[in-house]
Amino acid sequence: MSADHHLLLAATQKITPPSIEYSSLSPLLIVFVVALLGVLVDAFAPRPARRVIQPVLAGGGFIAALVAVALLHGRHAVLAAGAVAIDAPTLFMQGTILVFAVLSVLLVAERRLDSSGGAIVASAAITPGSKGSTAQRVSADMQTEAYPLMVFSVSGMMLFVASNNLLVMFVALEILSLPLYLLAGLARRRRLLSQEAAMKYFLLGAFSSAFFLYGVAFAYGFAGSVELGRIADAVGTVGKNDIYLYLAVALVAVGLFFKIGAAPFHSWTPDVYQGAPTPVTAFMAAGTKVAAFGALLRVFYVAFGGLRWDWRPILWAVAILTMVVGAVLALTQRDIKRMLAYSAIAHAGFLLVGLAGTNTDGLRGSMFYLVTYGFTTIAAFAVVSLVRTSDGEASDLSQWRGLGRTSPLLAGTFSFLLLALAGIPLTSGFTGKFAVFQAAIEGHATALVVVALVCSAIAAFFYVRVIVLMFFSDPLAQGPVVVTRPTLTFAAAGVGTVATLVLGVAPQPLLDLANTAASSGFVR
Amino acid sequence: MNTVPWLTILLLVPAVGAIVVACLSRRLATLAKQLTLAITLVVLVLAVLATVAYHPKRAGFQFAQSYDWISTFGIHYSVGADGISLVLILLAAVLVPVVVLSSWDEADGGDDAAGTPTGTSGGSGASGAGPVAGGAGPVAGGAGPGGAGGGPGAAEPIADGGGGTAVLVAPPEAGPVPPTPASVAASAGPAGSHRRSVPAFFALLLVLETGMIGVFAATDVFLFYVFFEAMLIPMYFLIGSYGPVKEQAQRSYAAVKFLIYSLFGGLLMLAAVIGLYVVSAQHLDHGTFDFATLRQLDITPGVQKLLFLGFFVAFAIKAPLFPFHTWLPDAGAQSPTGGAVLLVGVLDKVGTFGMIRYCIPLFPDAADYFAPLVLGLAIVGIFYGALLAIGQRDMKRLVSYTSLAHFGFIALGLFAFTSQAGTGAVLYMVNHGLSTGLLFLVVGFLVARRGTRDVGAYGGLAKVTPVLAGVFLIAGLSSLALPGTNSFVSEFLVLVGTFTVNKPLAIVATCGIVLAAIYVLYLYQRTMTGPVTRPENWVLPDLSLREKLVVAPLVVLIIGLGVYPKPIIDIIRPTVTATYADIGKHDPAPTHPVAATTAAQPGGHS
Repeated sequence: MSADHHLLLAATQKITPPSIEYSSLSPLLIVFVVALLGVLVDAFAPRPARRVIQPVLAGGGFIAALVAVALLHGRHAVLAAGAVAIDAPTLFMQGTILVFAVLSVLLVAERRLDSSGGAIVASAAITPGSKGSTAQRVSADMQTEAYPLMVFSVSGMMLFVASNNLLVMFVALEILSLPLYLLAGLARRRRLLSQEAAMKYFLLGAFSSAFFLYGVAFAYGFAGSVELGRIADAVGTVGKNDIYLYLAVALVAVGLFFKIGAAPFHSWTPDVYQGAPTPVTAFMAAGTKVAAFGALLRVFYVAFGGLRWDWRPILWAVAILTMVVGAVLALTQRDIKRMLAYSAIAHAGFLLVGLAGTNTDGLRGSMFYLVTYGFTTIAAFAVVSLVRTSDGEASDLSQWRGLGRTSPLLAGTFSFLLLALAGIPLTSGFTGKFAVFQAAIEGHATALVVVALVCSAIAAFFYVRVIVLMFFSDPLAQGPVVVTRPTLTFAAAGVGTVATLVLGVAPQPLLDLANTAASSGFVR
Repeated sequence: MNTVPWLTILLLVPAVGAIVVACLSRRLATLAKQLTLAITLVVLVLAVLATVAYHPKRAGFQFAQSYDWISTFGIHYSVGADGISLVLILLAAVLVPVVVLSSWDEADGGDDAAGTPTGTSGGSGASGAGPVAGGAGPVAGGAGPGGAGGGPGAAEPIADGGGGTAVLVAPPEAGPVPPTPASVAASAGPAGSHRRSVPAFFALLLVLETGMIGVFAATDVFLFYVFFEAMLIPMYFLIGSYGPVKEQAQRSYAAVKFLIYSLFGGLLMLAAVIGLYVVSAQHLDHGTFDFATLRQLDITPGVQKLLFLGFFVAFAIKAPLFPFHTWLPDAGAQSPTGGAVLLVGVLDKVGTFGMIRYCIPLFPDAADYFAPLVLGLAIVGIFYGALLAIGQRDMKRLVSYTSLAHFGFIALGLFAFTSQAGTGAVLYMVNHGLSTGLLFLVVGFLVARRGTRDVGAYGGLAKVTPVLAGVFLIAGLSSLALPGTNSFVSEFLVLVGTFTVNKPLAIVATCGIVLAAIYVLYLYQRTMTGPVTRPENWVLPDLSLREKLVVAPLVVLIIGLGVYPKPIIDIIRPTVTATYADIGKHDPAPTHPVAATTAAQPGGHS
């Protein structure tokens, strides 16, 4: 014991500050700095100016970071004393997150949805029914802290996919999650629902973080290190205390499964998707999924790759459960945002099918799928935010009746997006599904693919049901209004829809990119 | 050899046409109709030219083209035609302009919406003067420009409101808007009060035509799958948006049922398609979807069976074979007439086409193994479909059920594994498209006149509408395969070809013809002969000029191919013979010299 202590001391004394390659970390650093700047802007800039400065700052920061990511292509190194891995998959996912973040900023910055201006509440601290709540309801202001919060969250996501060390991963998880908990509570309308969503998300999220951290502790107990590469090395050796390893895998997986919204850790998803402001929901649905999957892929391919025969059955079970729960429960939903939430769960299941292939093709397929799903889902939520009643969004499905007659363009776009989510050919959803299912069959998971296809058929039913409502039913007398002014939302929806089409018809360039990223693999 | 990329042109013309027509404003309905008719006629001419350019004697695919599409997965845009696909493309090219012309007044729901017999006959009468006057039909139907003009005032709250919407919104909330003729007509049936977009209807037809040509022309399995699935969407909207105006719930139900059934089958096929790709990747060093390459693979029987089932179930749903048929009567009854013609006439052929193009050559061992099952299903389908058809009172459902019986014959011919039966089955696909297409059209004309599909509402119409009754009889006789009509040739070939290898089966199947006679003649008797029981039937107009133009080509083809089927058979036969020879199935007694020579050379890719 004391010898150990001395060794530890000796090691501590010899420690030298790690060399940090700032250039390779530049995307992360840019986003961090922009987040801090955002806080300063919120503190010092006058109120009206913030609503202009903040989105420009955030969007500009994301674009700058995107350029930095692009410039870094080809890097393949572990940096910052083993804490951060910059490799092709990392850069691919970081780029994806940034693109989705830019689109989400457009949605958040939208002020022309109705007279009140924007989806974010004027002052979040006022509880519904209290003294200031009337003023809060009529105010056209907005809580501009949403932007720095988003930027912080993006920085967490980018670090999450880049972390080469379970502790850094945990820190990143918290950086990405905490702002999201707050953002979920900022909806302008239906404050109680929004606050409930934030509370639920926070409690369950904190719980799952604890699981993750506990898993990290066990991993350290097993391998003597929290670095993914070291854990992988330790997995290869015999004679260790395997029970710690299995516990570590299980607990870390629980934390990650929670973030991607896989069953049975999905129960937060519908409530949070419904309660959160729609732009934030879009951001969460697209960005968080990429980040959490990025981390999941890294952990399972790098650290626990040697154990794949042990975790594959679990993965199969979770994937099947997730797909079935997502597809079946979505059938019963009456609220469009909840339905999309269950659809997100089902899609998490499809993504896990790709992971079950446990091969390079699976990595490629998953990365491609994440991009396609993100674009489609952001566009879908953007469209949802356009259909409004006097009481905010018309999120109840029955209010969407006959929209195909009253607003053919909007209904047509939304139908296209739903068909993409259902995986009809010539949309990106199909190409994505094809990519993951092909990998899974190649990886001898044919049975899983058959289950996935059956679930796709079930899922198609509820997507199609919305199309039936929109096109084959007669419009309501007092139906919702489709707002036609919001240019920013149109831009986001348009980009998402065009990407959905292009990635369905000509996916080759992106597949090439994903292929290059996947075949160069994770750095260890 | 063939420098003209016929198939790509055939695909591009309707696809581009669909985009152009879809972009037209709702007010340019007549232009949309004329444009669509012109485009489909161009496609027909091109298809005929391609047929002329086709060399039946040459093995393999002709007009073949191949370009990389998604190289990561070895997916190509590759098209090519053999005898089987060529005649089916030709069938589609013939039927679509017919459907366009027949849907001239139906697309906006005007005729159906009017509901009353007088209004209906007024609409049809106006259209009788020819295509230009036909454009005015919707006015009589109750939703013309006048109705739309009154609309926008009421539609203000809805940003995008077109004329049709306005009418809908008007009754409940807009007191100040004076009741337009449209809204008066609308009060007859609340669901019938909207005007449907005419350009959208014709754009959907063109998209469907693109899909139909593509699905037959594709020689890349993935491309085939893409067209197979993508075709569902326009058909889905045709049923759901343009089905009977007053039966909104039923047509949504039928549309969804159609889509879910097809999608489910399609997804099973997707699993098999991916499986095929993975198998090819194991055999070759890279995966491919190229049909000619896949055909050379030597897949283990166990895997073959699984892949076969994946493809077969999808095709059996599509075709449909018993017991996967339950979507067909609903979809057939709830489609607009034109949609039903294309659905049963061409779309369903994709199923049987897929069986002979993909199931049999790619998985010969499995096809052999499952042949008894398929033959059994085919026989059950022949009788079950016929019996249900006899019992139907809804005429469109009745025709749908007759198709179930006919698809039984087609499947029987395909899985008898003789070149005679196979040729007969492929010819049957064409003939069935013509005869059932005509039957659906005539039934559609009747329904448009009376507004009901119930057999009981008719009777004795031969006195009132002799031309219509005559066409109806020709279609019916063709459907029951009377000698002298086209179907006789194909049914005879199927039965003879089956008889050479399996006598009991052929004998049992032949009894199905008796039932066919019952359902056709019983239907004709109930609707056309006897006294006119309903007084309102006395005023029904006979076929208008437009309607005569619609049925004329089909009647000519039915009789022409019944008397002289050789040109079509000459195209089909070498391909079918090569297909069966390729999997080692030779006719038991090759009495036919052509069959013997072509059977000697295995079909490869040119």
